[in-house]
Amino acid sequence: MQSVTLNDTQAIAIGAGILGTGGGGSTYLNRLRLDNELRASGKSLPIIRADDVPDDALVCAVGGMGAPTVSNEKLQEGREIMRAVRAMEAHLRQPMHAIIIGEIGGGNALGPLVAALQLGLPAVDGDSMGRAFPELQMDTFMIYGVAPSPFALADTQGNIAIFPRIGSAKQAEDFARSLTIEMGGSAALVMPVMSGAELKRSIIRDTLSLAKRIGENVLDCRARSIEPAETIATLCKGRILFTGKITDVERRTVQGFARGQLKIAPFHKGKPPPVLTGGPRGVGSTQVLQIDFQNENLIARLGDDVLCAVPDLITIVSLDDGEAIGTESLRYGLRVAVLGMPAPKELKSPEALAVVGPRTFGYDIDFCPLPGDLL
Amino acid sequence: MRIGIDVGGTNTDAVLMDGARVVSSAKTPTTANVSEGIAKAMRKVIADSGIDSAAIDGVMIGTTHFTNAVVERKRLTPTACIRLGLPATVCLPPMVDWPQDLRDLVGGESHLAHGGHEFDGREISAYQPDEVRDIAVRIRDAGLDAIAISSVFSPVNASFEEQTAEIVREAIPDANITLSSEIGRIGLLERENAAIMNSCLRGLAARTVDGFKAALDELQIRAPFYISQNDGTLMNADFAKEYPVLTFASGPTNSMRGAAFLSGLRDAIVVDVGGTTTDIGVLQHGFPRPAALAVDIGGVRTNFRMPDTYSIGLGGGSLIQSEPLKVGPQSVGYELTSKALVFGGDVLTATDMIVAGGSEVIGDVGAVSGLDADLVAATQARIMEMIAIAVDRMKTSATPVPVIVVGGGSILVTGEIEGASEIIKPEHFPVANAIGAAIAQVGGECDRIFSLAEMNRDDALNQAKAEASERAVNAGAAPESIEIVDVEEVPLAYLPGNATRIMVKAIGDLAGAPPSVSSMNGGN
Repeated sequence: MQSVTLNDTQAIAIGAGILGTGGGGSTYLNRLRLDNELRASGKSLPIIRADDVPDDALVCAVGGMGAPTVSNEKLQEGREIMRAVRAMEAHLRQPMHAIIIGEIGGGNALGPLVAALQLGLPAVDGDSMGRAFPELQMDTFMIYGVAPSPFALADTQGNIAIFPRIGSAKQAEDFARSLTIEMGGSAALVMPVMSGAELKRSIIRDTLSLAKRIGENVLDCRARSIEPAETIATLCKGRILFTGKITDVERRTVQGFARGQLKIAPFHKGKPPPVLTGGPRGVGSTQVLQIDFQNENLIARLGDDVLCAVPDLITIVSLDDGEAIGTESLRYGLRVAVLGMPAPKELKSPEALAVVGPRTFGYDIDFCPLPGDLL
Repeated sequence: MRIGIDVGGTNTDAVLMDGARVVSSAKTPTTANVSEGIAKAMRKVIADSGIDSAAIDGVMIGTTHFTNAVVERKRLTPTACIRLGLPATVCLPPMVDWPQDLRDLVGGESHLAHGGHEFDGREISAYQPDEVRDIAVRIRDAGLDAIAISSVFSPVNASFEEQTAEIVREAIPDANITLSSEIGRIGLLERENAAIMNSCLRGLAARTVDGFKAALDELQIRAPFYISQNDGTLMNADFAKEYPVLTFASGPTNSMRGAAFLSGLRDAIVVDVGGTTTDIGVLQHGFPRPAALAVDIGGVRTNFRMPDTYSIGLGGGSLIQSEPLKVGPQSVGYELTSKALVFGGDVLTATDMIVAGGSEVIGDVGAVSGLDADLVAATQARIMEMIAIAVDRMKTSATPVPVIVVGGGSILVTGEIEGASEIIKPEHFPVANAIGAAIAQVGGECDRIFSLAEMNRDDALNQAKAEASERAVNAGAAPESIEIVDVEEVPLAYLPGNATRIMVKAIGDLAGAPPSVSSMNGGN
């Protein structure tokens, strides 16, 4: 993948939604912004490989922080990330070489591309999650030792905060979240700032091209009136865990995070769902699939049997068109396929599992990975 | 007695009801001038019943006319939009996600100004009356008088939208103004889109409602008339002129409410078989289950609560292919009565197969007597299979549930449906939608922010319920029939004084009307 053009944005948005595992916010608004920006600039956005970034060059990961409900109402001014990057360059007295996507899952996949266009910088094909996660320390840059500071936050009013030094990634998360509330519930974030050498040591490569490829396949299925779930599962080296209809959604907000439980009952009629090699457990069963979510889908169970657990990806897509359904949109009666996809290998090392494994999210279970790696 | 009318894309249906009894019904083609079709249908039901038009207490009209105007890009008034929220929201101006042709038609003139609120009630920026005054003058000079006003977080605080409306009226006294806070909920673009659509439909709404009035006058009906809303309640004629956008989903809602009324069931699956498609919906407590996702109308995203329906390409006019067997999705549609074999045409349709099977006698039975009996049986089995799969998709448990079959194509349902505890084809099934309009109730809402520091929660809830009930009574509801059907509480975090937004909806029967489905079965 060498560039992003107007022809690619729909596919990237669909793919990013699917990698969002129910979180990361909607891609709708950021895709509109990216289309506007590409149209206005009359150019395409160059995409480079992580391995082409010189070791001593400076790069930064960027994204949005805050509540999707707020950003769907208080739309951005539009140059928040750009201003934060410029302020960081001034602070360090060094220009950035490229922009990195912090989180490929959900709306945060596209905001950095808008900023890269505005800054006239290329974006790197890759990210630090391979999916969506709720907190700043849950990314491969932090896990593999990149320093969290300096970092910057910017709001819609033009205010910018730079933290030259912060003790830990977790503290960065806590400070940034408090400040985001003060900034009106949504803010632009630049974190971390790193060298090309650090980038190459810790990035999950090629996730932007993966998002685009997933979206292109979904669009192709739609054009041929095929349910896209099986195609997506195959492309992501995963499986369909379950197909059925949502029969129960229970949710509550705990310390600013949406937590909930979801039940999906199987269909009883019609063509049985496609079975992948090895036979996914759960399909065709009369049992009910239960999913625990906290912003993202985290654990899928059938009775006492855990079918899939974080950091492996659990995504719920609309059965008919393959559009990812965010945890905020889950509703009784939706007809869905549940996809289980193996996490990228970078999220499955012991040091990564200590930060993004099931126990971090309060589930007393061991991570039993799906076979294979997303990438 | 009341008359219920449903104006669909193809047919205009009417029923005359005396209490819960259907006295007469009629199906006539929808006319380009909607009022003519309505007059014709009303004339027929009145003539068939032999009653005096003075005996009619109310006329309820459900119409897809305004939805169709957006879909067909016709009869829309150019509209300007003023959005308050600078410096936020600049990157996505009003109408940014509208299809180009519709934006060109509606004008796409939009203005951004300071104001708006944060989620916690703080002001984004200070409201600037002079800035708004300048914008109002520019809109006036552009020759526009239809204006939609949106402000960030106006569902939480609508004061800036209201101030802006006052200032605009100073410059344009007859301005047709829609405030986004009166139309939709949180989600700026979707709410603003709905407000703009409302303003651009008002000219058409005024002409259409006046046309309805003229049709009633012509038949010497002096009774008040009402228009159906998305949620199955009625609005009076003046309100309908102000808020045409609120009629958008009334078609499927009326059909499902009519099915509930005719069957006496509050929880069931409704299968509405038309000429080209079959729509399956779910009744919960007598009302349609709402859809979860954003709804697109004519290519524009809105956040209306629409009924959740699942459609398949199966209807009375569906084309039949024999090798391999295929039913639909192509259909002869409204040309059924000229193209089907039993009507002297040369196209093999689903209706022909049902007649050939012997369960119905329609048109020229001889025209289908030569059809292969195996193919007829296989087609009927396939149709039932298609319906059963669609019903299963909408069911939320394996327990069999009652299935109510309505619509002009109901003859297609010839056997059992797997997963159905019973199949009910109520009398008058072809005009269930008009019956749904006739039996509709009236509602009232309260949507306010209460400070729970100054008042306890129960008092706040009671006050909201009383306000909603009072509005329902003002809209024409009989006080003894009022029920609170929906209560939603949303605490607004970080707002001083424990502010909570409370939304209450009350529904009651029109005074002098028959008891509704919900109150009729209230004990179930």
